[in-house]
Amino acid sequence: MCGVCGCGEGLNHSHEHDHDHQHGDVHEHHHGHAHSHSQHHHHHEHSHGPEHAHAPGLTPARMVQIEQDILSANNRYAGDNRRYFGERGILALNLVSSPGSGKTTLLVETVKRLQGESAIAVIEGDQQTARDADRIRATGVPAVQINTGKGCHLDAHRVGHALESLNLPERSLLFIENVGNLVCPSAFDLGEAHKVVILSVTEGEDKPIKYPDMFHAADLMILNKTDLLPHLDFDVEQCLRYAKQVNPKIRVLQLSAKTGEGMDHWLQWLRAELALQGIGYA
Amino acid sequence: MHEMSLCEGVLHIIEREAQTQGFGRVKTVWLEIGALAGVEPEAMRFCFDAVMRGSLADGARLEIIALPGVAWCLPCGENVGVSQLYDVCPRCGSHQLQIVGGDQMRIKELEVE
Repeated sequence: MCGVCGCGEGLNHSHEHDHDHQHGDVHEHHHGHAHSHSQHHHHHEHSHGPEHAHAPGLTPARMVQIEQDILSANNRYAGDNRRYFGERGILALNLVSSPGSGKTTLLVETVKRLQGESAIAVIEGDQQTARDADRIRATGVPAVQINTGKGCHLDAHRVGHALESLNLPERSLLFIENVGNLVCPSAFDLGEAHKVVILSVTEGEDKPIKYPDMFHAADLMILNKTDLLPHLDFDVEQCLRYAKQVNPKIRVLQLSAKTGEGMDHWLQWLRAELALQGIGYA
Repeated sequence: MHEMSLCEGVLHIIEREAQTQGFGRVKTVWLEIGALAGVEPEAMRFCFDAVMRGSLADGARLEIIALPGVAWCLPCGENVGVSQLYDVCPRCGSHQLQIVGGDQMRIKELEVE
C-alpha cells in the first residue's frame, strides 16, 4: 500500500503485472524506450547477462553516475503524445479532480453542446469499471476506458495506446479524464496542452492549499456545482485567493454543469484553445 | 504523489543502466528529491524496498539527498527559499513566486558491483 495516497495494494511489482495482462507489451514498460518491439526483445534477452558474467562478491564495488529524472520514461512518452497532437492540431486536455467533483457530468454536458461543431473523443481513467466510458458513449462520441487497476493515475504510455485505438481525426478535441485523485496525477505529464482541475463547491474552499501540487500544475480551474452555493457555507472569494496563492497564473471559471449556468465561458475557452492548436508556428 | 510508480521508474532506469554500464548488483541508490517535488521520503523508502525485491537492487540502501525549494520572487527580483508551493516570499510577503528549484526528482548515482 502506498503510504501517501493509499492507491497501491499489492507490493512486488504488482503494477507491472497489471500492465502485462492488459497490454502484453511488458518490454516497453520495463525499459521505458519508445522504440520498436523487436529492439525490446533484444534488450530483454541480454538483461541478465551481467549477473551471470560476474560472480557475486568477486567484483569490486564502483560508483556509476546516472543523473536521470525518475519520470524520464513517462516524459518521453508524453513528448511522443504531444508531437502526435501537435501534428494533427488536436487539443488534448487532462482533467483532474477529486472523485465526485462532477467531471463526467461536465464532460457529458460539454460533449452535448460541442458535438455538432468539432470531432470529440474521451479517454476515461478509472481504477475499475467502464461506467464512465459508457456514459460518454451514450452521447455518441468515442470513448476509451483505461482501468488503472491498483494504479491511481494515468501515465503517458497508456494514453499513447489509447490514442492508437481512437485514431482521432485532425482538429479533434480530446478530453482525458484522469483518475479521481488530487495527489498522484499532478506529476505525470500525458502530453496534454493543459491540465484542467475541477473543484466542486461541496468540497471546501481550502482544497487548493491542501493539495497544492495539483493546483500548481493546472492552467485552468473550474469551480463546479455553483447551483448549490445558496445551500452551503462555501467562501468563493477565499477559494480563489487560495488557488492564486498556490498558482498566481491559474485562471478560474465558475459553472454548474447541471443547470448550464457559466457553461458558455467554458465552451468559449475550449473553442479558443482548439483554434490555437491549429496555428502552424514556424 | 505516487511513490510506488516512482520506485518502478527508478528500477527501470537501473535495469537499463545495468545493460549499458555492465553491472549486476546495486548496493546503494542516491536519489535527489526536491522539497517541492511532492514526494514523501518515508513513503519512498517503504515502496523502494518492496519494488526492488527480487531485482538486481534487492536489499540496496536508499540514500535520499534533500534539495531545498527555490523560487524567483517577481517584486524582489531575486531567488528566495520556499518550503511549500503556497509559501509567500519570506522577504516581501508576495505570492508572485515562480518555482525555479526543488521540484526535481532524479537518480544521481549508484554504487554497484
